[in-house]
Amino acid sequence: MSKTVFLMFEFCADPSTLEGLAWVACYLTNGKHLTAYLSFGTVMLLLAITAPVSLAFGFAGATAARSRIAPLRWLGKGYTAIVRGVPDIVFFLFFVIALDQAFEWLRHQAFCPDWTEPVRQGNDFVVCPEAKLPLSNAPQFVHEVYGFSLDVLTFAIVFGAFAANVLYGAMRAVPRPQIETAEAYGMSSRQAFWRVLIPQMWIYALPGLSNLWMILVKATPLLFLLGVEDIVYWARELGGSKGPIFDYPHPDWTIWYFLALLVFYLALTRVSEVVLDRLTRRLSHGRATAGSGAAGAG
Amino acid sequence: MKRTILTAAAFAVLAGAAIADSHSVVRMGTEGAYPPWNFINDAGKVDGFERELGDELCKRAELNCEWVTNDWDSIIPNLVSGNYDTIIAGMSITDERDEVIDFTQAYTPPDPSTYAAVSADVDLAGGVIAAQTGTIQAGYVAESGATLVEFATPDETIAAVLNGEADAVLADDSFIKTAIEANGDLMVVGDPVALGGGVGMGIRESDGDLKAKFDAAIQSMKDDGTLNAMIVKWEVASQW
Repeated sequence: MSKTVFLMFEFCADPSTLEGLAWVACYLTNGKHLTAYLSFGTVMLLLAITAPVSLAFGFAGATAARSRIAPLRWLGKGYTAIVRGVPDIVFFLFFVIALDQAFEWLRHQAFCPDWTEPVRQGNDFVVCPEAKLPLSNAPQFVHEVYGFSLDVLTFAIVFGAFAANVLYGAMRAVPRPQIETAEAYGMSSRQAFWRVLIPQMWIYALPGLSNLWMILVKATPLLFLLGVEDIVYWARELGGSKGPIFDYPHPDWTIWYFLALLVFYLALTRVSEVVLDRLTRRLSHGRATAGSGAAGAG
Repeated sequence: MKRTILTAAAFAVLAGAAIADSHSVVRMGTEGAYPPWNFINDAGKVDGFERELGDELCKRAELNCEWVTNDWDSIIPNLVSGNYDTIIAGMSITDERDEVIDFTQAYTPPDPSTYAAVSADVDLAGGVIAAQTGTIQAGYVAESGATLVEFATPDETIAAVLNGEADAVLADDSFIKTAIEANGDLMVVGDPVALGGGVGMGIRESDGDLKAKFDAAIQSMKDDGTLNAMIVKWEVASQW
C-alpha cells in the first residue's frame, strides 16, 4: 500500500496486525467505505435536485395539457402519455445514451463543419474530439458530474410526466364556481389561473405527489444503470466476500450491508411522511374542502 | 417544457467549448469486480493485474491514461458510443465480440476455465451451473446441457453456489482460485474446460491508431519478459 493513502486513524497503517474493535474501526473508515458514505450524499443530492425539477416539468406539462392552443395541448398530453407508457428501465437504458449522443451530435455539427467522416461507422458512434461531451481529456469528476446531470434530467422527465398527470387532475378538481367567482370579480383568465386555481390545487395534488416522492426515493438504485455508483452498488461491492488479496479480508457480509440500507430507506420514508403530513395540515388550514374528503364541501 | 429542453441542449452544446488541448487522455474501461484481474481495492481505487498492466502499457505507448469502471452488462455499448476508449476487463477474444469491437493481440494466453462447488459430487453435465451474464463461460454452460443461471456480477455467481442456488460455478481459473481463498467451503470440481482465445483489450473498430499503439506495447512487454513476470506476480494465467 502506498504512503499517500488517506488514513482516518494512525494505527490503521498495517491492517494485518489489527484485531477486534481496532480492525472494525479501520475497516469502516478505509478509502472504499469513505467513498461509499459519500454516495449517500449523491442519493440525497439527486433527490434534492430531481424533486423540484420534476415538479417544474410536471407543472409545465399540466399547464400545456390544458392550454387553449391545440399544438401546446398535444405536446403536454403527448409528453405524459408517452413517458408514462414506456417502462422506466427502457427509458433509463435507452434514453440516456440517446440523449448523450444527441448532445454530441449537435456539438459535432457546431464545432466540426469540415469533418467528412460519417458519425455512424458500423456499431461505432464517432464524433470529432472537440465535440466529445465531456472532452475526453476532462478530469474524471467532470465526467461524473456530466453523468449525474444526465441522470437528473432523465429522472426529471420520467417523474415529471407522472407529476403532470397528478397536477392536471388536481387543477380539474378545484371547484368550478371558484373560477366563475374570480371571473365575476373581473379577473382575466390568466389572473384567475394564478391567483385562484393554483393556490387551491395543491391540496388535491398532495396525495398523488407524496406517492410520487416515495417512489422516487426508492428508484435511486436505477442510478447504477447509468454508471453512477449509488448506495446499493456500494452495499453489493463492500458486502461481497473478500479474499487475502484485500487488506481487510472477510466472508460474504452482503446481508449486513443491505440491512443498513433497509434502515436508511425506512428512516428516509418516515421523515418524508412526517413532513408531508405537516404540509397537508398547513395546506388545508382554514379550508372547508380539505382534510376530510376533498370533494366534500365545495 | 420545450424551452427547458432547448435551454438544456444549448447549455450542453456550449459547455466545455473551451480548450481542447492536444495531449489527449485515453480512458481505460474496466469492471472492477473480478479479482485478481481487476478489482476496487480498500482505498477505493482500481487495482489488480490489469491495472498494473494497463499503466505499464500506457507508459510504453506514451499515452496519458485514466481509469473508469463500468457495469459488465453495458461495457461494450459504452465503448462503441465513446464513453471510454478501451476495455481492459479480463475480456476473452471471441468471434462474436470481434464482430462488434476490435481486440488487441492477447496479453494472456488461452486458459482453461474451472468449476467450483461446495461438494465434490455435483452433476456438472445436468446440474444447475452459475456463470456471469455475457461471458464465454455462460455461453459454454448454455450449450453443455446443464441448467444455466446467470448473474450480473462475478460475486453473485460465487454467492449463488454458497447459498445453494446453484450446484457449481464456472469462471476463469484464476478467479475461481481467488474465490476459494476467500471462501473455505468452496473447492475445485470436475475437469477444466478450454474456452476462448486469450484475453485482449477491446478497442473501437474505428480506432485503428490506438489499437496499433497498444499492440506494439503488448509486444514489447512480451519480448522483454515483463508481461510474464506480471502474470506470475498476480497469478492470473499461464505464461507465454
